[in-house]
Amino acid sequence: MSQGSITVKQAGPLALIQDAGRFGVGHLGVTQSGAADWISYNWANWLLGNPTNSAALEIVMGGNLTLEASSNVCLALTGADLDARIDGEPLAPNACFTLKAGQCLTFRQPHAGLRAYLAFPGGLQAPEILGSRACTVREMIGGLHENGKPLQAGDQLSWQGDTPSPRRLPDNASLPMPQKRCQLPLVLGSQVAHFAGRSLYQAFNQPWTVDQRADRMGIRLTGHALNSKLEGVISEGIPLGAVQIPPDGQPIVLMNDRQTIGGYPRIGALTPSACALLSQCLPSTEVWLRPVSATQAQVTHRRQLAVWE
Amino acid sequence: MKLRLETAAMDALTVRLFDAIDESNMAWIMAADTALRHAFGDALIDLVPSYTTLLIHYDCRVIAFVEATALAREALKDLQPADTQNGQLHEIPVWYDESVGPELPQVAKRAGLSVEQLIERHCGHDYCVFALGFAPGYGFMGLVDEDLATPRLKTPRRRVAAGSVGIADRQTAIYPLLSPGGWNILGRTAVPLFEYARRGEPLFRPGDKVRFMSISKAEFEAAGGDATPLEERA
Repeated sequence: MSQGSITVKQAGPLALIQDAGRFGVGHLGVTQSGAADWISYNWANWLLGNPTNSAALEIVMGGNLTLEASSNVCLALTGADLDARIDGEPLAPNACFTLKAGQCLTFRQPHAGLRAYLAFPGGLQAPEILGSRACTVREMIGGLHENGKPLQAGDQLSWQGDTPSPRRLPDNASLPMPQKRCQLPLVLGSQVAHFAGRSLYQAFNQPWTVDQRADRMGIRLTGHALNSKLEGVISEGIPLGAVQIPPDGQPIVLMNDRQTIGGYPRIGALTPSACALLSQCLPSTEVWLRPVSATQAQVTHRRQLAVWE
Repeated sequence: MKLRLETAAMDALTVRLFDAIDESNMAWIMAADTALRHAFGDALIDLVPSYTTLLIHYDCRVIAFVEATALAREALKDLQPADTQNGQLHEIPVWYDESVGPELPQVAKRAGLSVEQLIERHCGHDYCVFALGFAPGYGFMGLVDEDLATPRLKTPRRRVAAGSVGIADRQTAIYPLLSPGGWNILGRTAVPLFEYARRGEPLFRPGDKVRFMSISKAEFEAAGGDATPLEERA
């Protein structure tokens, strides 16, 4: 297959170039960024036989994002069902496919999940900033034009390789997709000792609703308020998935584009897999928090990573 | 200094050394930073120092929770404060003017000072950099003289120009890039903090000192400063 390009004919609300994220720069005030649903992202690259950490597209909502190929290209699509179509024909999810020269790939609207991942042969070409191609809108870092802007109409996408070795998704593969009574494992910690016993009971024994106020920085959950005895804490480093409780008692889960330091009390942090699942939840989805030990969470995490090795 | 290790996440630990903000913390924080970087080596993903804590994000493929906790405890066992002379002093030229620093009159009035006296006081102190965060290259600095301390604006601005120098309570900072913000803005610098940060070489780091110098509009513009009044950007 010859090296070609893909043109963005129409931009949706938010499509970002993402990789695994920007690490080792938190002390500079630079956020982690990277694919929010890192599991679907990794599957997309795996399907094409790409190296891990290859840059792919994170497509949020769809919103008629339209991509036109200049020549035949083999791509892989995973994650949310955004009603993807090639020239109007529905596209099977979680698989490789060929987009032929002149064909248009369109993402219409979410049917299940929120973020789809589109992988390219060898990974997308994009400038590397601080060791990553991840695009962070808030920090004006990364992206095709090095200014943190999402894809825009007229943008040209090109990729690194030209001979992908497509694979099929294994039958036992599981990708994050919100179901009824979605479970989000949480490692207790940080200021958890400063929360009343009743609040801790409430945290794990009520359904939380994913709020409209949700983006790559943080996702707010609403339910019966949790109360800590602390008004605030002296700002400290915040890990991925941190569940912070502002004075109104409604948790905010801090995601990939979070501020590197913050000053609200926290009850702990969701596991990376829970963050991936939460990032696929549309507003008004019901979720349940479930305590898990750090050790157990790491066992599960290592098992997940081993799948792609 | 009282060392505590807390679980922050599946693969992150918080090292808590202090319970209150103090400039003297930084010698300990920086010593812990060096010791932890050395101890964790390749297993370290990120290490984020702040006013009283350090967040260790380690690679749980390389070391497990129990080992990471033991490693951190061992690394910090005989901690001694770092030589504070190691921190660099950075002089930041600032054009203090109401057009780019709309809160100059209010902050001066609150403190019972003239605007000139306020500028002299803001420049007359070497501020300690406590932490970088909020935005790439954004340094939280202090402590501002108690009588200059001013609470954040009731309604934050939607857009604060890059280079804006502000005060919030007893802290002072420079906005590296155009962002929302609720600090009291006193002036503007032409020093391109964001450009340094995005290259991975921030101008200042935790433990460094910053001294502000008052310059004229002509000097500010000669240094490449953008003199567009702040409110026009709102």
